[in-house]
Amino acid sequence: MAVRTRTLATAVSAPVRTGALTAQRHRTLWGDVRQRFLRHRLAAAGAVAFLLLVLATLLGPLVYHVRIQDVDFAAATSPPALAHPFGTDDLGQDILARALWGGRISIAVGLAAMLIAITLGTLIGSIAGFFGHMADTLLMRLTDVFISIPQLPLLLLIIYLFRDALTKRIGTGAGIFLLLVGVIGGLNWMSTARLVRAGFLSTREKEFVVAARCIGAPAVRQITRHILPNVVSPVIVAGTLAIGSAIIAESTLSFLGLGFPPDVPTWGRMLFDAQNYLTIAPWMAIFPGLLIFLAVLSINYVGDGLRDALDPQLVV
Amino acid sequence: MTTYVLRRLVVTAPTLVVISMVVFGILALAPGDPLSQFASNPDVPAEVRLQIRHDFGLDQPVPVRYVKWAAAFVRGDWGYSFASRTPVSGLILQRVPTDLSVVGAAYLVAIVLAIPIGVVAAIKQYSWFDHLATTFAFVGFSLPTFFTGVLLILIFSVHFGWLPSIYNTQVRAPGEAVKQAIMPIAVLALFQTASLARYTRASVLDNVRGDYVRTARAKGLAEPAVVLRHVLRNSLIPVVTLMALQLPVVFTGAVVTEQIFRVPGIGALLITAIQTSDTPVVMAITFVFAILVVCFNLLADLLYGVLDPRIKYT
Repeated sequence: MAVRTRTLATAVSAPVRTGALTAQRHRTLWGDVRQRFLRHRLAAAGAVAFLLLVLATLLGPLVYHVRIQDVDFAAATSPPALAHPFGTDDLGQDILARALWGGRISIAVGLAAMLIAITLGTLIGSIAGFFGHMADTLLMRLTDVFISIPQLPLLLLIIYLFRDALTKRIGTGAGIFLLLVGVIGGLNWMSTARLVRAGFLSTREKEFVVAARCIGAPAVRQITRHILPNVVSPVIVAGTLAIGSAIIAESTLSFLGLGFPPDVPTWGRMLFDAQNYLTIAPWMAIFPGLLIFLAVLSINYVGDGLRDALDPQLVV
Repeated sequence: MTTYVLRRLVVTAPTLVVISMVVFGILALAPGDPLSQFASNPDVPAEVRLQIRHDFGLDQPVPVRYVKWAAAFVRGDWGYSFASRTPVSGLILQRVPTDLSVVGAAYLVAIVLAIPIGVVAAIKQYSWFDHLATTFAFVGFSLPTFFTGVLLILIFSVHFGWLPSIYNTQVRAPGEAVKQAIMPIAVLALFQTASLARYTRASVLDNVRGDYVRTARAKGLAEPAVVLRHVLRNSLIPVVTLMALQLPVVFTGAVVTEQIFRVPGIGALLITAIQTSDTPVVMAITFVFAILVVCFNLLADLLYGVLDPRIKYT
């Protein structure tokens, strides 16, 4: 009986629904964004390329069963061939396997640092923009100070000074990961904070927010429910681009020998190790370098596409 | 204008003080002893070690040390390097000419290339040149400088053997000196050209649709005059400020390039100092970089006002 009523109900409502669909194409905000994004061909290609990279680093080690720590001096610095598609390094370790592992770490650092930067930036920008007055002045002065701090020297300094102490306390891999992510994220929130604050200033006094305030919505609800959704577009773009710059920052530090230890392969670390073998084993440098380039390039294209797609002034 | 400059200066000074406190604090709080090289040396007896600590003032509380350091820094006394036992200011000044020539040349090359590229790309929007320039820009700022450097070495030093991969300050022959500077300059310039060209293009695009441009065309001006005398002058306002903002970033970013090509610049000095725990040198260089950033931020703000009379300072 129950089954019958349901079929009856769907039988009745189905034509009505399709009728509505043909009469007026169903459009949503995010549907429009997706459509505009996909129309930006390079951005769509960038998104596909980045997803493929992520998938390769996640699934690759499951399919490609070469262990990254297998030292084989007989096969040291052998050029790319069937046995070792990307060649081997000075210790005879397989570069493809190490690049796949390294990709996991490099991308994980990029994503985690981005999350920290975006969270901090949104938090600080929201508080400054919503409450204004003292909070605004103080937080914006703080932002100014952080913008004036020379990034790379400070990154190098903090990592060099605190690396040993932290790794002693919570283990090598985890310690350096937390340190890198924390420092890279902690020095990259400023542009997001400024964008969010600017968005808050222009949205705070709009009628719908005033209306929410009048019916007694508390500050947290006004911020999260009414204002934030309207300032989220630039944050998405900034967040995307932050992944790329965090990947570059991590590789730079590893390249200077201040990132992960040698037994943890990241793309930057592999380039660092390759430096002394440029004449005899150029593939040691080329493959990890190309992967960094590819990851960052695809992210930059995605960011560019999102900027266009999220801009309400551009018409589809 | 004068009051605005004064007000900006009043804000600038505390910013610098806070930054110096942050850097000093990090160095002071860091685990590990800056004098560990003496501590691990068995030839140095304990009382001498204490004496050295006392001489460097390391037995005093952090705030006292900070005030002393700041007072000395303002007077031009930047302390002594632990590693080479020479004045820090001398060490840094010694490196300035190399740094200025390499980084300065790279920045000039970037500006000279970026502005025409950006302008032409914007004027001929969506043409093949624009697509080419956009691709070049994306490639340029997605290529990390350390990879560009390694690639150039692979191509021009290893494969062709045309250029030396290591920078040597002892070289006197002008031809050799230019040759060894080509790759570091190219690496630094590529990245800067990419971002400046992109920015110039966006700025020109903002102006090309302005009413005054239509007026200029309507009164019969030739296209080159419209572009060069009307569009370009207005478009360059934000570009010039960006150039001022970017300059200190180029200096700090050069750390990596200097490391690849072994250019003995300030960045290379910083890396060595960090690795040998040479606190006075690290402190001085980081702070000099901070001063550069803050001063050029100020300069960018002021330039903006001078170049654009529409901006009113209140």
